[in-house]
Amino acid sequence: MTSKINTLKSFSSKFGLLTIAATFAFSFAGICSAQDHHEKINEHVDDAADHENIHSEEGEGAPAGWKSWKSDGPGGFIMHHVADGHQMEWAGFQIPLPVMLWTDEGFQCFSSSNFYQEENEAHVHGMEGHAFSMGDEYIMINEVIYYLKENGGIHGIEEKVMKAEEADLLLAEIAILEKEKEKANTNDEKTSLNNEIAALSTEEKQLRKSAIITAPFDISITKNVLGLFLVMFIMVFIFLRVAKRYKKREGQAPKGIQNLFEPLILFVRDDIAVPSIGKQKADKFTPFLLSVFFFIWFANLLGLIPFLVGFNIAGTMSITLVLAVVVFVITTINGNKTYWGHMLAVPGVPKWVLILLTPIEILQMFIKPTVLMIRLTANITAGHIIILAFVSLIFLFGAGSEGAYWGVGAGSAIFMIFMYLIEFLVAFLQAYVFTLLAAIYFGSAVEEAHH
Amino acid sequence: MDVLNVMLEIGGMSQGITAGLGAGMAAVGAGIGIGKVGGSAVEAMARQPEMANDIRTNMILIAALVEGAALFAIIVCLLAVLG
Repeated sequence: MTSKINTLKSFSSKFGLLTIAATFAFSFAGICSAQDHHEKINEHVDDAADHENIHSEEGEGAPAGWKSWKSDGPGGFIMHHVADGHQMEWAGFQIPLPVMLWTDEGFQCFSSSNFYQEENEAHVHGMEGHAFSMGDEYIMINEVIYYLKENGGIHGIEEKVMKAEEADLLLAEIAILEKEKEKANTNDEKTSLNNEIAALSTEEKQLRKSAIITAPFDISITKNVLGLFLVMFIMVFIFLRVAKRYKKREGQAPKGIQNLFEPLILFVRDDIAVPSIGKQKADKFTPFLLSVFFFIWFANLLGLIPFLVGFNIAGTMSITLVLAVVVFVITTINGNKTYWGHMLAVPGVPKWVLILLTPIEILQMFIKPTVLMIRLTANITAGHIIILAFVSLIFLFGAGSEGAYWGVGAGSAIFMIFMYLIEFLVAFLQAYVFTLLAAIYFGSAVEEAHH
Repeated sequence: MDVLNVMLEIGGMSQGITAGLGAGMAAVGAGIGIGKVGGSAVEAMARQPEMANDIRTNMILIAALVEGAALFAIIVCLLAVLG
């Protein structure tokens, strides 16, 4: 009977977590659809009809990936999948995500389907990339949202871009005048040239200031944010259950999901944390190391599931930057005397070498987390790019003839499967390397002097 | 003098070629580095088969670190092409 109550409790706790997750998800959708802006195009928007590449033959339901191939080629296809975006693409269907902006008029929230419509496509003179406009208020160029209102329509952005170009032309004129100044002999010529240069440079500075394109504060739910929420819920769900199981079965053999995660958790603690930090102090840092390890691993695995949207969570510089900054903060806060001593005045080294060594050591303090960040980002992004490149290869060669599709497809598929297996290894390996290096940095920060 | 002019002109007008060259050299660097690590690891495993597991773990770890350095260069080349 108690076992039934216990199972009911554990089921209701799992159910509770699911209700929290569902409330989270649906509240976003509810808030944002309630304020749906139904503004359609107006006269200011340039028609994209002269871009024959953008309109695909299949019509509105074509997946955005295919559209990005058609308009930008394989490079655009790869970049579209690797970069962040305001919509989700699931097996051919596009699900628009809420866009949440903090503007001058307060908090605005609407669905990004207001942007992603064929009639809203625009072409901004001078700016590379795709632009989608929404009524008269916002324009999204390359997935970044800018104000359109105070510029007065899309021509406002063109005007700002042209001002920046004018400023560049002025810079070139100034350079020519400087050269003439060098050749000038008399003082009068020099002063007059100086005045001209001064006038032109002030004008150039003013042009540049007025050419800045303003953007609202964008806190929308993009693809990466959604991936972060997913990873968060998966981790909370799994580890709460594991913890509950441990509490319930004290002294008994592990069962079920405990069996899966116990070796992994012990691996992080006994093979990563304790050898690097030392047995007494490892307990302070182990929770963080566990969290980072499983976060990076699950985020990488999520990006590998086929047809699921194409998440590139750990391959985004912003997310890995935050992880690296947290590692840096923890290292700096926990640094004890030996750590700072080793950095500012390495013992056992003659004084004149210290002048060279200390700045390098201080730079090392900042470079180590930076390298952590770049290593993780580059590995994950490179893996995604390689697989996408093999896919592109099929379609590039297949444009030639029908047989080429099949031939290149077979070879490419084999390579893709091979790279996929390597990506599984890389998913685990990068998490392991990040955690290990973080543990080593923590260890060096709390190390006792041992001469 | 002419060769220099031609080279400068090529370098000026195509950041694609230079980025490709950089990426290729990064791949060569990664190959050499990981090849050395792998070679020493395999040799050590042949000398002392009972340590094979430890050696394999360390080999994979060092390969990941070396690959990080090569991917540094790839990121720089990507920035050169896109920026």
